[in-house]
Amino acid sequence: MSATVSADPASATAELNRWIRFTPVQRLARFAVFFVMAAAIGWALKTIEVIPEFLYDAPEQVVDMGRRMWPIDWAHFWPVVWPALVETMHIAAMATILGLLMGIPVGFLAAKNATPFLWVNVIAKFILVATRSISTLIWALFFVAMFGPGPLAGALAIAFHSIGFIGKMFSEGVEEANKGSIEALQAAGATRMQQILMGYSPMVLPTFWSVALFRWDINVRESVVLGLVGAGGIGMALNAAIDLIQWDRVSLVLFTIFIVVILIETIVTQIRKRVI
Amino acid sequence: MNETVSRADFFTPSIAKRMAYVGVLAYLVYAAATLGLSFARVQQGIGHGVRFLAGFFPPNFTQTDILPGLLESLQIALLSSLIGTALAIPIAVLSARNLMPPWVSWIARLIIIFCRSFHPVIVAIIAVKAVGFGALAGIIALTFASVGFVGKLLAEAIEEISLKQIEAIRATGASFMSVIAYGVAPQVMNRFIGFVAYETDSNLRNSTMVGVVGAGGIGGTLFSAFQRFDYDFVAGIIICIIGLVMIGEVLQIYVKRVFR
Repeated sequence: MSATVSADPASATAELNRWIRFTPVQRLARFAVFFVMAAAIGWALKTIEVIPEFLYDAPEQVVDMGRRMWPIDWAHFWPVVWPALVETMHIAAMATILGLLMGIPVGFLAAKNATPFLWVNVIAKFILVATRSISTLIWALFFVAMFGPGPLAGALAIAFHSIGFIGKMFSEGVEEANKGSIEALQAAGATRMQQILMGYSPMVLPTFWSVALFRWDINVRESVVLGLVGAGGIGMALNAAIDLIQWDRVSLVLFTIFIVVILIETIVTQIRKRVI
Repeated sequence: MNETVSRADFFTPSIAKRMAYVGVLAYLVYAAATLGLSFARVQQGIGHGVRFLAGFFPPNFTQTDILPGLLESLQIALLSSLIGTALAIPIAVLSARNLMPPWVSWIARLIIIFCRSFHPVIVAIIAVKAVGFGALAGIIALTFASVGFVGKLLAEAIEEISLKQIEAIRATGASFMSVIAYGVAPQVMNRFIGFVAYETDSNLRNSTMVGVVGAGGIGGTLFSAFQRFDYDFVAGIIICIIGLVMIGEVLQIYVKRVFR
């Protein structure tokens, strides 16, 4: 907004008062973002390898699949799907507890006010980003190679993947904590551990519960896919049904997942509304 | 009102709290037992793990199929974010309870719930069965996830807007589309950009994963390297994925800053 100073004061103020929403730098930045996005999408559209025949064929294939999925094979539920579902719930719960146990200390180390050592913050932040970047399936591949196929590998995989999320949310919660009570504790001569236990922990308790619930919800969804690499849970039932081309059982598993996920989401929202 | 007493015993756990701790501990023991966790197994597993990690070094970046895989993942992420967002906007508008009659919003809500409840990899399996191996299946899977995610958050954002502006625009005799364009869009734009940036970032993560079930991208290369025990190549791919995801995360922060 460079207003040229003119001789006439009235026109000068008019010039100054003319409202421009963005500075030239902002406009340039916005243009650059749009340009890069358009270029990237153009590039992606142009170079992606999609076999057109597959695309034309898709509706027919989907209809065919839908027809094979119906009627749902309900008899399969109690002998196979139910035990697998219970295993999935165990995996998710274990993984959430383990993830909280590992993620919270790292979260405290990553928070600048709770841990005033820059190099510790940096290392902790790196751990948070790295654990998050490696997806659950890749973690699962690791732990299957370590502990053999089964739910143990699955629980560890989700637990390690959730360190990043839990730690990040937690360190943000800690960094928002009120300074006053911490300073009061320091003035009273509290050690760092005492500051964390008596000062920070009551303040981040709501964060703790909301993160725990939220992550549990996510972990149930995540644990569904573990079966694909042999790490236990309802995914194994899904995988087996797909490999045996038993589409009526596939639809049963999908339906079960759908119901469970909705139920858990409802429970979590209800708890959040009432308690937090 | 003698409620100040409760502040003093914040740190001494109440009976209910102690019961809860014991309950969690008991559950952990029980669940560990059902998962077959034992000391010998952990010890053996750590031995395997060390050997496994030793196989990772030095990471191997030399094989030629890393870059095409990464680029394909990027393509999948970009296109699915674009299509997913484009589909999510109308669905979100339809599912906002303050703009639509209940029966319309319920149908739209069901679509969103349906898209949200399945993990992208599960959708990818189905998509691979429907349209065959390759990037198309990955795009379909991640589009599903994007519709669910952006649709839900955008619908919530629309439901929180101030209705006064909507009334003002309606009072001028504006059509429905004008109400959306001049009444709703300006109020939710900032948050919408945030959702889309986050969604693109999350699609980028997931696009490295859908390849495991054959839906295109680097995941397929990774999975096959795993299966032939080519661990130094696996390490190379994982480092590349972490790099890509980190770049995505940084870019997302910058884009959000530009539009603030």
